[in-house]
Amino acid sequence: MSAPNVLRIEGEFTIFRAAELMPVLLAQPPVTEIDLSGVTEIDTAGVQLLMATKKEALRAGRELHLSGHSPAVLDVFELLNVAAFFGDQLVMDSRASTAHARS
Amino acid sequence: MDIDDALQTFLDECRELLVDMEAALLAVDGTQANDELVNAVFRAAHTIKGSAGLFALDPIVSFTHVVENVLDKVRSGKLALGQSLVALLLACGDHIGALVDGVAAGFRQGDPELLLQGEPLTAQLGEFLKEFRAHASPVRSRAVATPQQEPVRRIGGQNADADHWHISVRFGADVLRNGMDPLSFIRYLATMGTLSTIETVTDALPAANALDPEACYLGFEIAFLCNTTKAAIEQVFEFVQDDCQLVILPPNSLISEYVDLIAAQHGEPDRLGDMLVRCGTLTPQELDHALDVQVDSPDKAIGTILVEQGSVQPEVVDAALTKQKQNRESGAAESKSIRVDADKLDQLINLVGELIIAGASVNMIAQRAQVPALTEAISKLATLVEDVRDSALQLRMVKIGATFNRFSRVVHDVARDLGKDIALQIAGEETELDKTVVEKIGDPLMHLVRNAMDHGIESAALRATRGKPAQGTLKLNAFHDSGAIVITVQDDGGGLPRDKIFAKAVERGLVDGAQHLSDEEVFALIFEPGFSTAEKVTNLSGRGVGLDVVKRNITALRGTVAVSSQAGLGTTVTVRLPLTLAIIDGFLVGVGRAVYAIPLDMIEECVKYSAEPGHDYTNLRGEVLPFIRLREVFSISGQALKGENIVVLKHAGQKAGLVVDTLLGEFQTVIKPLGALFASSKCVSGSTILGSGDVALILDVPALVRQAMDQGSAAQAERCASAA
Repeated sequence: MSAPNVLRIEGEFTIFRAAELMPVLLAQPPVTEIDLSGVTEIDTAGVQLLMATKKEALRAGRELHLSGHSPAVLDVFELLNVAAFFGDQLVMDSRASTAHARS
Repeated sequence: MDIDDALQTFLDECRELLVDMEAALLAVDGTQANDELVNAVFRAAHTIKGSAGLFALDPIVSFTHVVENVLDKVRSGKLALGQSLVALLLACGDHIGALVDGVAAGFRQGDPELLLQGEPLTAQLGEFLKEFRAHASPVRSRAVATPQQEPVRRIGGQNADADHWHISVRFGADVLRNGMDPLSFIRYLATMGTLSTIETVTDALPAANALDPEACYLGFEIAFLCNTTKAAIEQVFEFVQDDCQLVILPPNSLISEYVDLIAAQHGEPDRLGDMLVRCGTLTPQELDHALDVQVDSPDKAIGTILVEQGSVQPEVVDAALTKQKQNRESGAAESKSIRVDADKLDQLINLVGELIIAGASVNMIAQRAQVPALTEAISKLATLVEDVRDSALQLRMVKIGATFNRFSRVVHDVARDLGKDIALQIAGEETELDKTVVEKIGDPLMHLVRNAMDHGIESAALRATRGKPAQGTLKLNAFHDSGAIVITVQDDGGGLPRDKIFAKAVERGLVDGAQHLSDEEVFALIFEPGFSTAEKVTNLSGRGVGLDVVKRNITALRGTVAVSSQAGLGTTVTVRLPLTLAIIDGFLVGVGRAVYAIPLDMIEECVKYSAEPGHDYTNLRGEVLPFIRLREVFSISGQALKGENIVVLKHAGQKAGLVVDTLLGEFQTVIKPLGALFASSKCVSGSTILGSGDVALILDVPALVRQAMDQGSAAQAERCASAA
């Protein structure tokens, strides 16, 4: 496996930046880890983009991890119950709970 | 949909909701607190909060949230809705209204001054909450991932008791671009109850290279625990109604309905079924069973299948079907009315006006051409045009009830300020009148109402000595009367002090002290400019509007105002307004070569000219009918023809004759306002265009009747009035 290629997203991850972020997320060489610790706001467009990226990675048989979920990201992941979709280690409400990948 | 349009809709909706809220609060105030009313108040606050959330109008959300909290306690019966709380909630409603207006004025995040004003209210609401909290259980925390064997599966898959609502929604591609975020709907939903499980449906998500980052591909299957109605849940998604596929299944729905859901929503059936199971809506067995059978016998309705299998009773299916039908029907009733821009309506009315004028000229040409077939076709057309006119005008007709109901708040507040106990009685709310009239009558009515409460109704102590009930009564009534709408404001107060008014009028030089005036004439003086009951001014009447302004506003609407009063018993102010400002049925009369139009509703009859020799009145079946000659009113040269006619005009219970040369028949009259140049001309209220293209003046009947009355001697006028 090649060296990890970490992409750190900062600030808003919303519809306003979706068009700008998409090529970055899907760039070559493929991103292996997305650091979400700097995300201050995320909306449906952001979640959707992350999902598409994950799906693409799964299709190509590549690894893709999300890490450092910021509170904003956690809140939305929890609301939409999508943590399992990404299959990453998450800490929710200061109670450790491991989410298992289902897909 | 543009975000600004949506915001405008939101603002309109908010204002409507606030009106509802206020009405409900006032009703609560008047009667025993009842669940229906409390719910109405809660719904209003709740909807405002939710919609405001969609637009990220934080000041409104945070303030309404506190209001809603208090209301919630009231609704669950944990907090009594007493006088003080009603008053506080009314104030809160006003504050929300102010915040909404602030948004309309561009203060998205709140005018700092306004926010400050809200703080004492929030504090007071907090007091109520605190009272409650003292003996309440801790707030239930939101359902979040709890440590379990399988953290992801939050509800056990086996026990599908389905006592929750199941909401299945697929958002349209344009939702995001339209500025809506599905997340906010779900967040809002979470405020109404508990989202026990959400499954995000990603089936529609295309491969990365085909992805449009700004389109929405997601859908959600939501298991939702709450005590609300289907309509309330639907309302959550109201803003994206046209842009999403929404299926809401009530708790304990038939399995068939879930199966229908699987079939209806796009997405892989197996996966969807799986999600229903994960939501705890179905058990795996139930799902397998229903899906298998459905495949085996595609022709049969699922209900039938289930009945045959004995899993449900036929009645249950019937009941479910009836319920579905009811849901559909109630949905249909809701969509029966649409919002239309008032400007568009005005444009329609204008066009109809032009159509009538054009129709009149076609009609004239047809009559001249004397082709029977053409005349016949034209008359059919004319009937249609008339119908179109009526329905177009009908569109602008609104019930006066909304305007009246506004006054219940005014009466409530003013009575409080004055320390008087006053009840408002409203009648005739169903009476319809033109929207433009309704808009303009609000302020004059407001002044009349305030005036009646301030000066009319006596203090409780005084009422007691006069042997009246301590509670004063103010009556608002509206009804139709000969082409006009009549609005009366009646109080059971002390009546107008005739002598004082007369003395004051003499002092102000409005009348001559030696003049003999009837009661009506004296009372009418209070509407004269320069007549003010200055020594009685309180903070209520000190609003800078005198009664003369009331009269001027009403006159500007082609209306009249009259007062009658009985000492010790009360005062009645009667406002008469024309039904519509745009198009009327007119009656054309000719004098010399000039043509005049008279509003048909104000014509009682037409009779052949006759007169008591040497007097300006005639004998109309034993009644004295004073008349005036139109020829003289407008100084038209030429001699009167033989065979003049008298048009009998009726206004406000008085009759007068108008002598004209010829009667030209009915004519649909489109009222065109007169230019400023003619503003001071008396006896003319507007103009219209005839089929020939000529201009005809529309006569101001009230002014003519008055003039005729003045001409006759006072005694005759009085006799005539009492006879009429």
